[in-house]
Amino acid sequence: MMRPGFTAPVENAQACFRAVLDAISRPGRVQILTLGLTPPAPLDIATAAVLLTLVDAETPLSHDAGAEADSWLRFHCGSPMAAVGEAAFVLATGKPPALAGLPAGSEEEPERGATLVLQVASLEAGTGWRLTGPGIEHEHRLNARGMPAGFISEWAAQRGRFPCGVDIILCAGDRVAALPRGTRIEEG
Amino acid sequence: MSRDEAYNFAYLDEDTKRMIRRALLKAVAIPGHQVPFGAREMPLPYGWGTGGIQVTAAVLGPRDVLKVIDQGADDTTNAVSIRRFFNRVAGVETTTHTRDATIIQTRHRIPEAALTEAQVIVYQVPMPEPLFKLEPRLAETRRMHALSDYGLMHVKLYEDIARHGHIATSYSYPVMVDERYLMSPSPIPAFDNPKMHRMAALQLFGAGREKRIYAVPPYTDVRSLDFEDHPFRPHRADACCELCGSGSSYLDEVVTDDRGGRMFVCSDTDYCESRQAGNAKEEAA
Repeated sequence: MMRPGFTAPVENAQACFRAVLDAISRPGRVQILTLGLTPPAPLDIATAAVLLTLVDAETPLSHDAGAEADSWLRFHCGSPMAAVGEAAFVLATGKPPALAGLPAGSEEEPERGATLVLQVASLEAGTGWRLTGPGIEHEHRLNARGMPAGFISEWAAQRGRFPCGVDIILCAGDRVAALPRGTRIEEG
Repeated sequence: MSRDEAYNFAYLDEDTKRMIRRALLKAVAIPGHQVPFGAREMPLPYGWGTGGIQVTAAVLGPRDVLKVIDQGADDTTNAVSIRRFFNRVAGVETTTHTRDATIIQTRHRIPEAALTEAQVIVYQVPMPEPLFKLEPRLAETRRMHALSDYGLMHVKLYEDIARHGHIATSYSYPVMVDERYLMSPSPIPAFDNPKMHRMAALQLFGAGREKRIYAVPPYTDVRSLDFEDHPFRPHRADACCELCGSGSSYLDEVVTDDRGGRMFVCSDTDYCESRQAGNAKEEAA
């Protein structure tokens, strides 16, 4: 049977959007969503909520979440499915695709860079990576467990192409954090 | 007033909100870059804050407290009608006190009180393109932004100095955001520009007719353009407010009769009223 989407679509989408807006405005700060959502495996609550909030028929989606999640996403978001290189939103629950393979926008239209919704094992603020850049007063620390090896150097390479690039929304359980393309990341 | 149930929460339909929300996230991710969006027709004319209203509607939640100002004042037509609009279509609490608000929609001012991390400020923007008066072709200005090629604006400021002896731009004074994008701060007085620099609150900008959204994340460098030998100097009338006595706030000049009488008062009404209340308390004590 198809699992339901948001119990209160208008309020839930707004609450989730504000959490994501806070997350992307203050990279590395972890936001906690309080929503009654029962998404299909392997989607965590935060991952599913972010997709329901931002993805719709206008945004080609690419994902690796399997058949049950596929039909759930098609039903609730109604988004066309696309290859990784043509997607506006890319969902990765397992090993994410290479950042360089995602649309990065152009110098004139950097907003066409994709958004990568990346489900990780856990998110903890206060330890781990040192983040600096817009949205951060001094430095934020973020510990995202389950990130692919070599991510920091991939991110640094994309940072060199600013304003082109991919923005990442990190999800784990009911937690959300974000890495907008302008953020600088150093190993903690 | 309770919410008018005939409208979706905050007036816009959910598809439109999603589209605006996606544009907002990209705008925050690329500070100062203008993101195009499908602005809707709103139940008020262009020039009255259609862009700001759409941004506010996409961000607003039932627990937000909304403040709306027009040139610093809470009690002018534009501010009153937008506040009542959101009270009707979203049922949200409204306030005139800067410190109580979670979302502040503004036309042409930044409040005198420093904003906090818990607040979002939404600017109404008539013309988002800072280069518009120098280069009317949008295809050209897009390329100039892509190349970060802003020599034209420096030439304009230089010509100001050559002609007037100083930079003669007193509002809509262009700024560089995070040393990458030239941005119009909307027609706020140049006096307010320094408040944008590393502001703790998130700053969102909406232009309805021009269909552009842009943003400045918290704690982001916002530098007013200037020259080493002609540093940026915000202009302020050389007077104190006649109502509250403030010597540091931005002042409006009010003509009081037809014989040349005039007075200066704070442009920020909430700031002025709370100072007057403080003065009255001091006198009573």
